[in-house]
Amino acid sequence: MSTQKHPGGRLSLFQAAYVVARRDFTAILFSRAFIFFLLGPLFPVVVMALAGGVGAQVQQGAGVASVGLAMSAEDNRAMLKAGEALSERLGSAVPPMSELRAVAPGETFDARAALQKSEGQLAAVVTGTPASPHLTATEGSIERWQGVISMIAAQAEGQTLAYPEVATSEVASSAAARNSARINTAQGGQVLLFLLIMLLASMVLSNLVEEKGNKIIEVLAAAIPMDALFLGKLFAMLAVSVVGIAVWGTTAGIVLTAGGVSLSDYAMPGVGWPMFMVLFALYFGMGYLLLGAIFLTIGSQAKTVREVQTLSMPATMLQVLVFFLSSLTITNAGGWIDWLGMAFPLSSPFVMVAHAAMDERLWPHALALGWQALCVALFVRVGASMFRKRVMKSGPQGAIKGKESRRGPVGFVRGLFSKGSAAAR
Amino acid sequence: MTMATGDFSAGTDTPAPLAIDARGLVKRFDGTTAVDGVDLAIPTGAIYGILGPNGAGKTTTLRMLLGIIDPDEGERMVLGASNPQDVARFIGYLPEERGLYPAMKAYEAVAFMGALRGLPLKQGREKARELLENHGLGHAVERQIRQLSKGMAQTVQLLGTLVHEPKLVVLDEPFSGLDAINQGKLEVLIRGLADKGTTVIFSTHVIAHAERLCEGIAIIAGGKVPFAGRVDEARDRIPAQVRLETRRREGGWRAALPNDTRQVGNFWTFALPESGVEPLLKALIEGEAGILSLSIERAGLHDAFVAIAGEAAAKDMVAGEPGEPA
Repeated sequence: MSTQKHPGGRLSLFQAAYVVARRDFTAILFSRAFIFFLLGPLFPVVVMALAGGVGAQVQQGAGVASVGLAMSAEDNRAMLKAGEALSERLGSAVPPMSELRAVAPGETFDARAALQKSEGQLAAVVTGTPASPHLTATEGSIERWQGVISMIAAQAEGQTLAYPEVATSEVASSAAARNSARINTAQGGQVLLFLLIMLLASMVLSNLVEEKGNKIIEVLAAAIPMDALFLGKLFAMLAVSVVGIAVWGTTAGIVLTAGGVSLSDYAMPGVGWPMFMVLFALYFGMGYLLLGAIFLTIGSQAKTVREVQTLSMPATMLQVLVFFLSSLTITNAGGWIDWLGMAFPLSSPFVMVAHAAMDERLWPHALALGWQALCVALFVRVGASMFRKRVMKSGPQGAIKGKESRRGPVGFVRGLFSKGSAAAR
Repeated sequence: MTMATGDFSAGTDTPAPLAIDARGLVKRFDGTTAVDGVDLAIPTGAIYGILGPNGAGKTTTLRMLLGIIDPDEGERMVLGASNPQDVARFIGYLPEERGLYPAMKAYEAVAFMGALRGLPLKQGREKARELLENHGLGHAVERQIRQLSKGMAQTVQLLGTLVHEPKLVVLDEPFSGLDAINQGKLEVLIRGLADKGTTVIFSTHVIAHAERLCEGIAIIAGGKVPFAGRVDEARDRIPAQVRLETRRREGGWRAALPNDTRQVGNFWTFALPESGVEPLLKALIEGEAGILSLSIERAGLHDAFVAIAGEAAAKDMVAGEPGEPA
């Protein structure tokens, strides 16, 4: 047998992937589900806003704890005056005070009973005299107010303290403030990356179920390489997410700008804002492709939507674990956890986003992106190979379906790694 | 396993180049041998049938020929390429289990299948509309697949298989699920493709389709191919049957009847002797048997199938009548 050359006898890997991606992209974009996808991030925002509103209302209802005075009328007045004077300098550190009772000479006042009976905001009672005040309160309130009451009592006693004016010079930032702010930027970047990728993961997981359910898979498998199918599906979802992010980003930008918030309010990332944005986009792409390739592979082994749902929990837990590992690296820059995070393909994009926020150097990003791209290619290859081995075993899908519908979760996991067991035809 | 690959060039000086040349294909799944040493030689431009009962290995064989799965042993050349996916642009494939994206419009589905085989989308859309119009689905061009009847969706998928004008068309059980009218239309379509020089291979368990359409067939049973060659050759594997009716039931002429002669009603039936019917005719005339009728019936493909593959393999096969739904 001699082989002839057939130039142009097949689509290249990327041409074929483009055909698949174009179909998927338009199918998703013009579906009703896409509207829900766009509205998805709005739900947590609404929930947070509602929770915040309820919290504020509860806080308002709860009011502010106050201190009651039960000294002689004269001492009460002196204490109130001293409190007002000190609150000008100490602000909210001075609790609101009110006269609970003007105690007559020789009369005793039961502070414990007063605190038990009180239904208002009374949290502590001061008895005795300014020279010898007695604070009755819970342990926490005593710790909080003991010093302040002492100062108020001293002032009420006439021991006026001199308060010299402190001259101030304001600087834009300090090393400590910058580092702290960059850590915030790094954490913010990681959280945003995690949320965006998590949002897409479940969609990728169920991506091949449609093809298997509708039995289109054989038409695709006969025409194009499985690698192209995998790549096409991954890039279609990436394109969909880019549309989503553009919509969400624009909306968020408008809302924040209207609220007077600008990027200059946040710490400048190590690589600067424009480069940080570019790197964030690239790491989002890589992070998505890496996790997406794994989820697509796992999802491709599932036969039904039900199986996909079963798989979504461990898949989400895997994402959370990766995120935790990445979070740890922020406070361990240069440590072994940091190196592990950078080298482990799934956490690498998260870790490198943090590095972009905290470090000025660019060359590590070039290395990391190259490594991640290599891993994407590897993951896609392995995933496509596993899928091809499993899905196109033999005979009609029914033969496979019949056998697989009887397997349990253990059988399913074992099936991921076995050569398959479909009945021969 | 050995088999004849069939000579389709009878009467011509040069043999037609092979569209498919497969030798010793073996495929195993978990220790079960699904296909066991299949050889196929299918000339360009032929209509070729792969006949076998359910589970015989037809689909696995076709999948190996198309590169959907790789054989464990053996080699295949498809349109001159050892990797069938290298010539994917020139192949059209209709799988046994039909499937389309339900939300796609009919013309988009056809164009998409063409695009998978390298046909530019714009061109594919134009051709799709034209094909759908020509096949009586003009009214359904803009309709979603989920809105079509099963038969219409099947036609859409068939047109998607052909939209890029492939040189080799592989159809896995194409008649399955079609009514008699659509089966007839499909037969016309297959003949039309062959007239244009396209090689058409189809698998079926309905013998009548193969008998009417195919120049060559491969009979597959239990993963093996006990016969591959011309339909005539398959029929010739069993001798023609002679059916004789005489006015007189007894006489010296009876000695001239072959040993395997059976009496069925008023008829004597027996296999056509190697020496022909002339000596028998002479004996009948001289013995004044009074010949009322005498016919020589050539074996049908179904009989040939039974003789070649055995009764067990033939159990799932449908002999079929012209126009009879599968």
